[in-house]
Amino acid sequence: MTALLSIRDLTVTYRRDGSEVAALKHVSLDVAAGERFAIIGESGSGKSTLALAIAGLLPGSSKVGGSIEWKLPNLRLPHSFAPPSVLPDMSGRTEGGATERRPSAIATSHMPLGGRDIGFVFQDPSASLDPVMAIGEQIAEVARTHLGLTWSQSYAKAKSLLERVRLPDPDAALRAYPHQLSGGQKQRVAIAAAIAAGPKLLIADEATSALDTIVQAEIVALIRQLVAEDGMTLLFVSHDIALAAELAERIAVFRHGELVELGATAQIIASPRHAYTRALLDAHLGLDAEPLLRQAGATR
Amino acid sequence: MSSPLLAVSGLTKRYRRGGKTIAAVDDISFHIEPGETLALAGPSGSGKSTIARLVLRLIEPDAGHIEFEGGDFLSLNGAALRARRARLQMVFQDPLAAFNPRAMVARVLDDPLRTHGVASRPERTRRIAALLERVGLSADLAARAIHEVSGGQRQRIAIARAIATKPSLIVLDEAVSALDVSVRRQILQLLLDLQRQERIAYLFISHDLGVISAIAHRVVILDAGRVAESGNARAVIGAPQSAIGKALVAAAPKLNRTSQGAADRQ
Amino acid sequence: MSPLRRFLLAPEAIAGAIILVALFAMALTASLFFPGDPQAIAGPALLPPFQDWSLPLGTDRLGRDVLAELFHGARTSLVVGLAAAAAALAVGAIVGTLAGFAGGLVDEVLMRITDAFQTVPSFLLALAFVSVVGPSLGVVVTAIALGAWTGPARVARAEVLSIRERDFVAGARVIGMHPLEIAFREVLPNALPAVLALSSVIVAAAILTEAALSFLGLGDPNRVTWGGMIAEGRAVLRTAPFLSIIPGVALVLTVLGVYLAGEGVVETTAVRRSLS
Repeated sequence: MTALLSIRDLTVTYRRDGSEVAALKHVSLDVAAGERFAIIGESGSGKSTLALAIAGLLPGSSKVGGSIEWKLPNLRLPHSFAPPSVLPDMSGRTEGGATERRPSAIATSHMPLGGRDIGFVFQDPSASLDPVMAIGEQIAEVARTHLGLTWSQSYAKAKSLLERVRLPDPDAALRAYPHQLSGGQKQRVAIAAAIAAGPKLLIADEATSALDTIVQAEIVALIRQLVAEDGMTLLFVSHDIALAAELAERIAVFRHGELVELGATAQIIASPRHAYTRALLDAHLGLDAEPLLRQAGATR
Repeated sequence: MSSPLLAVSGLTKRYRRGGKTIAAVDDISFHIEPGETLALAGPSGSGKSTIARLVLRLIEPDAGHIEFEGGDFLSLNGAALRARRARLQMVFQDPLAAFNPRAMVARVLDDPLRTHGVASRPERTRRIAALLERVGLSADLAARAIHEVSGGQRQRIAIARAIATKPSLIVLDEAVSALDVSVRRQILQLLLDLQRQERIAYLFISHDLGVISAIAHRVVILDAGRVAESGNARAVIGAPQSAIGKALVAAAPKLNRTSQGAADRQ
Repeated sequence: MSPLRRFLLAPEAIAGAIILVALFAMALTASLFFPGDPQAIAGPALLPPFQDWSLPLGTDRLGRDVLAELFHGARTSLVVGLAAAAAALAVGAIVGTLAGFAGGLVDEVLMRITDAFQTVPSFLLALAFVSVVGPSLGVVVTAIALGAWTGPARVARAEVLSIRERDFVAGARVIGMHPLEIAFREVLPNALPAVLALSSVIVAAAILTEAALSFLGLGDPNRVTWGGMIAEGRAVLRTAPFLSIIPGVALVLTVLGVYLAGEGVVETTAVRRSLS
């Protein structure tokens, strides 16, 4: 298993009202190329901060210590000592010499480019889509920016992406605006935009939390299929350990900014080592769980 | 058992959208007995939140009857309706949005007491402290601002506010969906304790069948504003008959804690 | 960073604050430095400024002390400006809240009345009102407020329309709270920041309107006003231009000060709101 990125001793602090709050404390972990990796935690666990740090999207006011080392073989950045391609070259083929570098506080060996090397899907699709831009244009813009296509090629690409995320009537959807779509459809569009440039890494940060159970299951199935087809690495950030267990091969459990437990899904679910992981599993209310009603002894 | 606590029949609410009339709630009937939990389940757009708002008279139906505590609830107006509201309360999904962003904890609990003419100010202060302790919080919390307390504490305060006027029915609209799993279980436990001790009935609205099967007596599964099926919660969830019921059960995340992880199947 | 510190870091806000502080100091110390009637004769007529140090800014056509008039005029400008703006904001916030919260017929009627007031130029409205009722401080304040409340009313209504859809308003209804209490205790306080953001412009406009009314001789005749002073000086504009220039400069500085300080406050509180 070749590592895609290697995080060492990562600490992130935010300044809030004059005091410093540590959102992540001395986190070290590796994400392997092509794996489905879940980050689990409750609110305040630092799971979203980790996702943002990996994507290079932390707010400028945050202080970052430690390192995130990328092992992307084909980054086209000045100073990157790109070895001969190991993975199929997807992003570099049209980028030419034009490169841009995003300022980032993180000490990284080679910083990948958000949107091209990393696709990010947020919890609220309404907030990540431009309300006054047609769906097709939003997706085409990503393809055009990162793949160097012409507008007509980009639109063709956008249409094929909408077909891939199984949006009904992709031709109509190209011209539709976000408010005309349901929550689940908007999230499909957001996923299409995230994968438009063929990223190596897809980060889904609570991407299904705002959706109802049926749509959530559909989106999870879609993510699973897209990741498999494109050979992407998946970082699935969620508060729901049962949902993560259905999708991920490895699970990292976070609490109060610290990595509590990391292991293969089967091991985490069947024999958790840490008490907190056990508590999370016990708190899950599955369909087969013992009803609280009977435990409480309440009868009508 | 005598007459039901809440009897809803033929409830209908239509919206006009782009020249077309859509029935968000279409001829729905159900009833709730005292001290019972009835769950409304369904995907988004199935009409469950609209039903909650209709039952609470936050919006008015186009057709149907609502009988509450033996009286016609829809015929009440003005002061009579406001007085009756003491018996029929609600807890919202997002505990932050459900409170005035400028409010103090003491004030949100004082509002129902004052509105329903509870005694003097010192008496209300005493009752506020008792309410906070009733939902497992420290009475000191009264002096804090709503935005300062945690999400779980906020939802407990929302429950304290709902039980302040000694209601017989509380509508819980996705009341635990936004909470962390560990907090969620504690809140459900609190709701069950309150139900057992005060004989409060719940209309529990959720898309999460796991939560419903844990605390509901009966369930009504909705699809596109209509009842798809209903019955004993464990029985319906164990063996759903309707297409939407089957889809909901299939979609619920399942933890297989004994065998190997589910991730390997593909 | 506290809002106060952010305010103090903005140079234009400090400039505005300094002007305002000076203005308030003038208004508060007017009776201390210049006891007695500022309209009494203090020396020879048309004495130019900086000649006699007991009358540093000289005297007007009737031999009245210009500096004393300037101090007492500051008092009138501030009282009228603040009172008229407060009245306009209060009426506007109440009308806007009622219209937005009640909706339906109440909204329709209140907003048509607002339209009617907005169609008439506010200065003409003030002019007509004062000429009919007669000039006195209270009437001038009312007249100015009559033309200024429509802006706050529209802003308040727009805010209330979005706030009333929020869960906490539904929560207050479920509690059984009276609609008027919901409107004014739950909704209005949350709509207020947007309405108050208009206050600097309204105060500045009110001060100018008051000066214009006084210039036309429709101010309170028993009070010194800067507008009245400019009007007085107009007759001798060629021989003694300082009589118009001094109150004119005071007026410009005051409006500028109110505006800059007001914008500074809005700016700093807006940053705080967007952060939280």
